Amino acid sequence: MTLIGELSLWVALLMAAWSTTVSYAGGALRRDDLADSGVRGLYATFAMVLLASIGLWTALLSRDYSLEYVAGHISTNMPNVYVFTAFWSGQAGSMLFWALILSMYGTIAIATSRSRNRELIPWATGTLSAILLFFIATTCFKANPYTHLDFMPIDGRGMNPQLQNPGMALHPPNLYLGYVATAIPFAFAIAALFTRRLDAEWLGVVRRWTLLSWFFLTIGIVLGMWWAYVELGWGGYWAWDPVENSSFLPWLTNTAFLHSIMIQEKRGMLRKWNVVLVVVSFLLSIFGTFITRSGVIESVHSFAQSPVGTWFAAFFFLATGITIYLVGTRLKDLEARAELESMVSREAAFLYNNLLLVGIAFAVLWGTVFPILSEWATGNKVTVGPPFFNTVNIPLGLLLLALTGIGPLIAWRRASVSNLKRQFASPAAFGVIVAVLLIALGMRDVYALVAYALCGFVAGTIIQEFYKGIRARQAIHNESVVAGFVHLVGRNRRRYGGYIVHAGIVMLFAAFAGLGFKTDHDITLKTGDAYDVVDPYGHKWRFVSQGVSTSDRPDRVSEGVALETFRDGKRIGIISSEKRQYKDSQGNALFEKSTEAGIKSTARLDTYVVLAGVRDRDTAEMRVTFNPLVVWVWAGGFVMMIGGLIVMWPQAEKRRAQAGYTAVMPPAGAGAAAELPVTV
Amino acid sequence: MKPRTKFLVGGVLVLGTAGYLMASSIRQTGVYYLTPSELSAKLKTDSSFTSAGVKVGARVVPGSIQRDPGGREYAFRVTDGTSTFPVVYRGIAPDTFTDSVDVVVGGRMGTDGTFQATELLAKCASRYENAPTNPKYKQTAGYRAGAGRA
Repeated sequence: MTLIGELSLWVALLMAAWSTTVSYAGGALRRDDLADSGVRGLYATFAMVLLASIGLWTALLSRDYSLEYVAGHISTNMPNVYVFTAFWSGQAGSMLFWALILSMYGTIAIATSRSRNRELIPWATGTLSAILLFFIATTCFKANPYTHLDFMPIDGRGMNPQLQNPGMALHPPNLYLGYVATAIPFAFAIAALFTRRLDAEWLGVVRRWTLLSWFFLTIGIVLGMWWAYVELGWGGYWAWDPVENSSFLPWLTNTAFLHSIMIQEKRGMLRKWNVVLVVVSFLLSIFGTFITRSGVIESVHSFAQSPVGTWFAAFFFLATGITIYLVGTRLKDLEARAELESMVSREAAFLYNNLLLVGIAFAVLWGTVFPILSEWATGNKVTVGPPFFNTVNIPLGLLLLALTGIGPLIAWRRASVSNLKRQFASPAAFGVIVAVLLIALGMRDVYALVAYALCGFVAGTIIQEFYKGIRARQAIHNESVVAGFVHLVGRNRRRYGGYIVHAGIVMLFAAFAGLGFKTDHDITLKTGDAYDVVDPYGHKWRFVSQGVSTSDRPDRVSEGVALETFRDGKRIGIISSEKRQYKDSQGNALFEKSTEAGIKSTARLDTYVVLAGVRDRDTAEMRVTFNPLVVWVWAGGFVMMIGGLIVMWPQAEKRRAQAGYTAVMPPAGAGAAAELPVTV
Repeated sequence: MKPRTKFLVGGVLVLGTAGYLMASSIRQTGVYYLTPSELSAKLKTDSSFTSAGVKVGARVVPGSIQRDPGGREYAFRVTDGTSTFPVVYRGIAPDTFTDSVDVVVGGRMGTDGTFQATELLAKCASRYENAPTNPKYKQTAGYRAGAGRA
């Protein structure tokens, strides 16, 4: 299987090269036979990359240590789950994984839109194959997972225990699924630019795949935050590290596009802007992979530094250059069909939404690459940290939050005073009440007050929309509240799914605002010692050390501390934290020590205990962190995911299709396509 | 004024504010990122440089980490091969902070030549892969498999 896999990889390289050449030729010469051959080439590439991937999975699961990649990433005693996920834990494997997802996406996208967008297909296929060619070539020549060792090791090096966590098993593939999905809109945008067929037809494909990309990026980012929080023991979940930022950037531009596309659908405006957003999302995905893989920017993530970086830089600049040329020569075809009529309109709200999202993206990008820019400009490397990102992004983020409430309710074209009153009176009152209550309870932080007032306002608009919708249904169909809710969402998935996503955003903002009230306490306790402290809500906590325990297990030595915990005099249980040193069968230390944080979560507060060290056998040094509202980050992420699923669910479009708006296509790759929207 | 113009004015206001915030926070919170050699070169030409906050990326000198048993104070030396200086850090060190790991220390250089760090980031020795420290282990085939790829 290893041999088949290795050969398949090289065949895939040839197939991708073939598909690129004949697809573009088919497009340029208007030869359908060449174009069809290109499409078949793309399918074949997928089949070959799939074989190559199965080969690597087989090698991993059968512990074939003659392959450097297998020997370097797993060991015999590892659970098979993590052996499976080791596929994408290293450089070479993740390049192959990229190619696998891209070829799968490409196959699905082309197969499902082939009959409808005939003119675009050769160009889109060619572009997808060209991207694939780049990834497969990089895999073959620069980071080949099939590199053989000249000897057979007895065991592999294993995987860092910090990575042996469900969050870490799922975080990278979700990010990849999100990153790679930006390639499909990009390919169709390039095709539309080449053929100058820039009317609405290509937008259907583009919107669906952008949504898919957004969906997976959301899951990937939130899982990454969760992993960092429970596994790394620093009490936070986001540090504005370059690698984190690079996953956030395409998410921002995807989000911007998903909003601005509505303006184009309804009013024919923003046509240039939308093409640019599609292209920029893809370029940012490539840029993100480049940053994480090249080591050009200092990051604590520190992936391998390798020549892959140069290849990525070349690819990035090539793709940017071609796009600038194409957009520049087709500006006339992208003229807007309508003008902004009033500042008090949904168009204006969406325009500002886009401005803010792109502004935030720009600020994040600027802060991320600032070390490089400053070194070029002045010879001195200057870095910016979380203060920079927070100073810029908090005000922009709050404005954006306000628009989250305003945008969906304000009228198209020109809102009347009565429209404004009807829609916003109750939500605005709700926001004010929230702020007044919080001031009465003693909150004085201005940013937090503004954030919670806006959260109240936006939550008010969402509740009001659901309330009105359900009431209307009840009046007509005489339904129960639950049935009304289900039908309301089911009949307008795009709209109400969007509201559910917004509800998730409100939860996230509420949680972020809670960060301002986080407190840290460094404490040292002997067995039996107690520590008293007051949390941000004013509750009295007492931690009593139950002593330090050590355990020596076959795979690790650990020191742990247990704290009996009381809140306002009431016992609420034991919180324990451990420091682990993993070792191999000969007792040699493996990896650095790792921390198991002790976390007690409630809806209002996380109590987070980290054992920093032990001295004199029974004295534990710890950091206790009170982290308000952290659970709402995970809850918000989950709600956004549900909202995203509702919006994407193919049923909604089938229904419209039956009403005569769109044609239905059967899924081509049935299994893989099961979750994807397959209508055109 | 046409709505389009109004929108543009609003947009310029928003972006202008954002730009102003970016510029001012870079001025206030941006810090030099230097190697130990660059830092010592800067200190030679400009002795007032000690008052500036900097970040230094360097490697911990093996065996130099000393932990004050009384509190959470770490003393160690960092180097880039040519320039070496001692660092003092108070706080919780990350798990990945061990001998000969790459670190980023943030803080300022004291007049006595000891770097007073308020921030300590340790880079994972080799992208979350196994980094055995026992030399005997390095003789085994299992280690050779991944050696030289750190």
